[in-house]
Amino acid sequence: MRSVRRATVAAALLLAGLFGIAAAQESVPPPKQEWSFGGVFGTYDLAAAQRGFQIYSEVCSNCHSMRLMYYRDLSGIGLNEAQIKAVAASVQVPVGLNDQGEPVNGPGTPASRFKSPFPNDLAARAANNGALPPDLSLIVNAREGGADYVYGILTGYQDPPENFKLQEGMNYNEYFPGHQIAMPRPLQDGQVEFAGGAPNATADEAHDVVTFLAWTSNPELVERKQMGIRAVLFLTLMTGLTYAVKRKIWAEVH
Amino acid sequence: MAGLYKSDYENPVIRWIDTRLPIFSLMQKEYGTFPTPRNFNYFWNFGALALVTLVIMMATGIFLAMNYSPNTGLAFDSVQRIMRDVNYGWLLRYTHQNGASMFFMVVYIHIFRGFYYGSYKYPRELLWMIGVVILLLMMATAFMGYVLPWGQMSYWGATVITNLFSAIPVIGQTVVTWLWGGFSVDNPTLNRFFSLHYLLPFVLFGVVFLHVVALHITGSNNPLGIEVKTPQDTLPFHPYYTIKDSVGLCVFLIVFAVFVFFVPHTLGDPNNFIPANPLQTPADIVPEWYFLPFYAILRSVPNKLGGVTLMFASILVLFVLPWLDTSPVRSARFRPLYRPFIFVLVLSLFALGAVGAHKPEGLWVVLGRVCTAYYFLHFLVILPVLGVLERPLPLPESISRPVLGPPGGGGPMPAGAAAKPMEKS
Amino acid sequence: MAEPLAAATTAQHGQPDIVSKRDFLKLVTISGAAIGAGAFAWPFIASMNPSRDVLALSSVEVDLTPVQAGQGITVVWRGKPIFVRHRTEAEIKEAVDTPLQAMIEPVPDADRVKPGHAQWIVVIGICTHLGCVPLGNKPTDPRGDYGGWFCPCHGSQYDTAGRVRHGPAPLNLFLPPYAFESDTKIRIG
Repeated sequence: MRSVRRATVAAALLLAGLFGIAAAQESVPPPKQEWSFGGVFGTYDLAAAQRGFQIYSEVCSNCHSMRLMYYRDLSGIGLNEAQIKAVAASVQVPVGLNDQGEPVNGPGTPASRFKSPFPNDLAARAANNGALPPDLSLIVNAREGGADYVYGILTGYQDPPENFKLQEGMNYNEYFPGHQIAMPRPLQDGQVEFAGGAPNATADEAHDVVTFLAWTSNPELVERKQMGIRAVLFLTLMTGLTYAVKRKIWAEVH
Repeated sequence: MAGLYKSDYENPVIRWIDTRLPIFSLMQKEYGTFPTPRNFNYFWNFGALALVTLVIMMATGIFLAMNYSPNTGLAFDSVQRIMRDVNYGWLLRYTHQNGASMFFMVVYIHIFRGFYYGSYKYPRELLWMIGVVILLLMMATAFMGYVLPWGQMSYWGATVITNLFSAIPVIGQTVVTWLWGGFSVDNPTLNRFFSLHYLLPFVLFGVVFLHVVALHITGSNNPLGIEVKTPQDTLPFHPYYTIKDSVGLCVFLIVFAVFVFFVPHTLGDPNNFIPANPLQTPADIVPEWYFLPFYAILRSVPNKLGGVTLMFASILVLFVLPWLDTSPVRSARFRPLYRPFIFVLVLSLFALGAVGAHKPEGLWVVLGRVCTAYYFLHFLVILPVLGVLERPLPLPESISRPVLGPPGGGGPMPAGAAAKPMEKS
Repeated sequence: MAEPLAAATTAQHGQPDIVSKRDFLKLVTISGAAIGAGAFAWPFIASMNPSRDVLALSSVEVDLTPVQAGQGITVVWRGKPIFVRHRTEAEIKEAVDTPLQAMIEPVPDADRVKPGHAQWIVVIGICTHLGCVPLGNKPTDPRGDYGGWFCPCHGSQYDTAGRVRHGPAPLNLFLPPYAFESDTKIRIG
C-alpha cells in the first residue's frame, strides 16, 4: 500500500515536473499533513468531518457561503435523516413567494441549499471591508496545494516579521501568497466545544474543518477510489488474459 | 446491370444482407483477412487506441450533454450537479475530462511513430495529411470543450485563444468580435462553443474514417519501413493484430483508470474550480499540458503577429513534411544521422512544454527561443539536407527476412514454418 | 468471423492440445471483455435515471389548515398536480353510499382515504385516459354530474372520491403515496 502510494506520487510528480503543472509560487509551500482521505485506500474520517461541519456552522459560515451543498448531502458524512432534518430546520431559507407575491423565508428542508451568510456578493463585500469571502464548496480543489494549503492558511497566522509593511485591515499569514490576507484568524484554541470532548486546539480544529472541506470538494472520493481499485484489478487481469491469448496465437508465427 | 453481390457467407440471414449490402464481406476484407505487415511493434497499437478513445469521448460527451446547460449563469453549477447529483456523473465527467489528455497522449505517440518510421513518405503522404487535419480538429474540439465548465481557466483560455485572431492585420478585431458574438467572451460564445464542441467530434469521426480508408489503400508502414513484397511478409489482421491491439488496449485502460479514479485533478488546473470572473484574470494562466509546446512557440516571439503566425506554422509545416524529408529511406533504424535528430526534436518539444508552463522570464525565454528555432530548423533545413548527406544503412531484402543474408537462407525464423499460416491469405 | 479462421488454423496445425487450451483462454478472455463492456455501459444507463437532486424533491409537505370544506387546493409533487380536497359531510355520505355496481372501477370510499381522515381526498390530478388535468378543484370549475372532477379533453367524470363514473377514462384517479403527519398536515411522497 505504501509503495503503491509512493508510485502514484512519483508518477504524478514526474508528470507535474515534465509538464510544469506545479506552477511556480512565490509563497512558502505549506507542510504536508496526514489526511484520512489521502492515498489509494483513503476514506474520510467521518467523525472528523462531522466536527468539521460543526466548525463550519459555528465559525466559517458567518462569512463564507457554500452554494453547491445541500443539507441532504450531509448523509455523506454519516448524519441520519432525522439529524439532517433537524439541521436543515434550524435555519431560515427562502422558500418561495407568499400569497401576496412577496419572497418569504421558512425553515429549511433536506432539499435546501446551505444557507448563505449574505444575499449576494456585493453585500458580502460590503460587510467584509471590500474583500469577498470565497465560496467554500470547492475550496480544497480550487487552491494549489489542496488540503495542505487550506490547513496551512488556517494555522499560518503569525506576527509579521520586522520591516514587513502590513496594510490597514490585513493580517499576516505564513502560507498566503504575498502573506497579506484579509481574513482575520478564524480559529483559536478551544474555540469550538465538541460533544464528547474531542481535542480542540487550533491545529485539531483546522484538521477537522479541512477534512469537512475536502469532503464538500470531493464527495465522490470514497466511491471513486473503491471503484478504481476494482477497475484496475479487473484491467490487470484482462491484460494478463489477453497477453496469454496473444502469446498462444502468435506462437506459430515466431 | 442490376444484381446481387456474390457473397461467400452461408448463414442465410447474413447472406441475405450481404448480397444486398456487402458490409460483412467488407469487414472481413478490411479487418478480417486484411494483409498486415507481420513485424509491427507495440507502437502500431496507438492508432487503434486513438479510435477507442474517440469513441469513449463521444459516448461520455453525449451523456454529459444530457445534463449540461450552455448558459453562463448555469454552466458551472450544471457541471457541479453532474459531479454531485447525477448517478455516476462524476465518472462520466472525469472520464471525459481526463480522456482529452489521454487522447492527446495517444495521438502524440502515434505521430512520433510516424516521424520515427517515416510513415508519411510515398505513398502515404495523403494519409499523413489527413492525420494532420485530425490533429487540428482535435485541438479545436479540445479547446472548445475546455471552455464549457465555465471556470476561470475556461474563461481566460477562451479569451486568450480567441484573441489570437486579433493578430490578423486589418480584419483581426472584426473576426474576434464575430467569434465571440459580442464584445467579450460571453453567453453567445459559450453557446456556440457548446454547439461546435458537439458537432466537431462527428466531423472528426468522418475524417478518421477517411484516414482508415487511405490506410487500407496503401497498406500499413512497418518498423523496417520497406514495402510488403510477398504474402510471407504479412499476417491477416484478425486474429493476429486484433489480439495484439487488445493487449495494448488493456494496458492503456489501466493508465486511463489510474488518472480517472485516483488522480483526476492532476492534469487539470485548480483555477477551473472557481467560477468564471470576467473582471479578474488568475495569476498563472497556462493551457492544458497538450497545448504547452505550442503556447511556448507563441510566446517565444516578442511580436503579436509573429508569435501567432509561428504557432500556426508549427502545425501547418507538418502538412508538407512528406516533401521536406528528401530521404527515400523511411525507418530511422536505417538512417544513422536522422535518428539522433528525431530524438533532439522530441527533447525540444518536451522542453517547450516546460517553457510553456513557466512564466516567460530569464532562462525560460532563452530556452523557448532555442527550442522553437530547433523545431523549425529540424523540418525546414535539417530534413531536406539530411536526405542528401546521409548514407543509409543497407535495407533488408524483405520483412520476412529482416537480416541480410544469402538469398533463401539465414533469417531469424525458419522460412517454412513462418510461411504456413500465410497460405490462406 | 473468428470462427472460420480459428477452424482453419486448427486444421493446418493439428495440435489439438494447444488449440483447446487456447480456446479455453479465448473463451475466458471474451467473457471478461463482455463483463467489462457491460460494467462500463452501466454508468451510462444509470446516469439517465432520476438524479439525487430530483429524488430529494420527491416529497412535499402540505398544510391543510387554510382549506375550507368544499374547497380544494392543487400542489405540485414530482412535476404533477396533486388535488387535495376537503369534502363536506354530504359529499362523504354520498361517496360512501354509492353502490359499487355503479362504478367503472369499483372501489369502496374507505379505500380511497386514510382512516379517520375521510374528509380529505388526495389524488393525482391527471386523467387516467390520456393525461389531461381534470377541472373541478376550484369551486368555479365545472365538476361534472358526480360532483368531483370533470376532464375537459374527452369528457370523463369523477366523483368526490376520485373514482371514474363516466368514460372514456378506464381507471380511477391514482392516489399518491402520502401520510398524515398531524391532523392538519400531510406529507406526499
